[in-house]
Amino acid sequence: MLVSNTTFRGLLVALAIGLLTTLQVQADEISRATLLSISCAGCHGTDGKSPGSIPVIGGKSSDFIATALRQFSSGERAGTVMGRHATGYTDEEIQLIADYFAGR
Amino acid sequence: MIKLSRRKFIRLLGATGTVSALGTLGVTLGGCSGKPGAGPRVVVVGGGFGGATCAKYLRRFNPSIQVTLVERNASFVTCPFSNTVLGGLQDMDSIQHSYDALRMQHGVKVLQDQVTAIDPAGNRVTLQGGGELEYDRLVVSPGIDFRWDSIEGLDESTSDTIPHAWKAGPQTITLRSQLETMADGGVVIIAPPDNPFRCPPGPYERASLIVNYLKTYKPRSKLLILDAKDKFSKQGLFMQAWEQLYPGMIEWVKGSDGGKIYRVDAANRTLHPEIGDPVTADVINFIPPQQAGAIVHAAGLVNADGWCPVDQRTFASTLQPNIHVIGDASIAGKMPKSGFAANSQAKVCAAAIVSELGGTAMPDPSYVNTCYSLVAPDYGISVAAVYRLQDGKIVKVEGSGGVSPMDVPAEYRRDEARYARGWYQSITQDAFG
Repeated sequence: MLVSNTTFRGLLVALAIGLLTTLQVQADEISRATLLSISCAGCHGTDGKSPGSIPVIGGKSSDFIATALRQFSSGERAGTVMGRHATGYTDEEIQLIADYFAGR
Repeated sequence: MIKLSRRKFIRLLGATGTVSALGTLGVTLGGCSGKPGAGPRVVVVGGGFGGATCAKYLRRFNPSIQVTLVERNASFVTCPFSNTVLGGLQDMDSIQHSYDALRMQHGVKVLQDQVTAIDPAGNRVTLQGGGELEYDRLVVSPGIDFRWDSIEGLDESTSDTIPHAWKAGPQTITLRSQLETMADGGVVIIAPPDNPFRCPPGPYERASLIVNYLKTYKPRSKLLILDAKDKFSKQGLFMQAWEQLYPGMIEWVKGSDGGKIYRVDAANRTLHPEIGDPVTADVINFIPPQQAGAIVHAAGLVNADGWCPVDQRTFASTLQPNIHVIGDASIAGKMPKSGFAANSQAKVCAAAIVSELGGTAMPDPSYVNTCYSLVAPDYGISVAAVYRLQDGKIVKVEGSGGVSPMDVPAEYRRDEARYARGWYQSITQDAFG
């Protein structure tokens, strides 16, 4: 089998890490953005892909989502329940949530 | 230092055939105590909003975890929207969800069985169908059970005559058929319990949708709410709507005015309040006081009040190792006992378990609750809040949350009714889809 030098080095590193871990599952670390955003899925659907009357947010641009959340938070944009949610997040958190759903 | 996930590691090894080489070295990949090559085992007990969501998100976060969901029923009937069935707006099928997607799309092993015992020291559960399941982590999401002995004359058998319908399913059908059979001019009683109980606005949504049915089909009938409490969730909104939509048809009696019931005479459909004369009705929906679902009691997971104390960051039991409790059964700070709260807690719990098994740090969690109530088919109201951890307790983020405003145009209520239905589609998809 042909293995490039880089791949081979990578494999060795991988092997070393694998053997050195405590043989537990090495999960991808769960990010703050993920932990904040998955709570939105209760209304907006898994990954923001709402199947019903609640707006789809998965795949919308980060700008679109962040602007909407900031406007809901300030009261500039009228809504029903979203004003009560958006005020629960800091500006930085709003950005993290917007970026998360933009990538879905 | 390169951070490499186990998944990527396996993919890398698999691509070059190195897995077999490792195998000959006697190295198992990732089993805490499982068979070689298998990931850690998480057993989830109870397939409601909490358990189903947790099983799904454990697998989404890390597909190498082996997740087994044990649920006694073949499908789940949701309490949310069961009031629309009682009000004749929807049928039972519309509130029933299978576990097929968990099985087929998310790789959850779903066992239709019942856990009869939990052995915290041995890290295993016993199944009614025979056999045992060992686990590295156990998630218990048992919902609620009733404290039958807290009211004189009440036991499980009385619910055939005076249904609770507070676990959706056959009880929903019993109560619906009693309402259908009742003659015009009859009296319906709903008797909600004291706090804490499952779904705080639920009894009042139920009153609304039953009366919405009576108004059309049995307009001379009345509904009486004999409440153990002196106030209730979304009270101002409900009462304003009742006055507007159902004038003179709903009467609410608070606990200290004779709403609190100490004795039930099921055979004669009569309730005995602490103050005043006994009250007889044609249909009685008695919602008994509650505690955590039965399975957690023998396992030593409950406090003196019958609920499960947990580390509110991870939902790990503070009483037993390697066991997490989520949903209605858990004591989750300021969060209400709702399907939505259970869904939110389940995701935090899944993240905590995956992080712990993977040796990574979990960021600070964030929790949400959003509950809609339909007062009429085109009249919805809501309560919502965002929660964080503060000094180990789940508290509401200051300035967030609250209920729908009073005195808004009909269009606002129509929108919330529409969103209530969208909410249902989304949350059931997030839990079971």
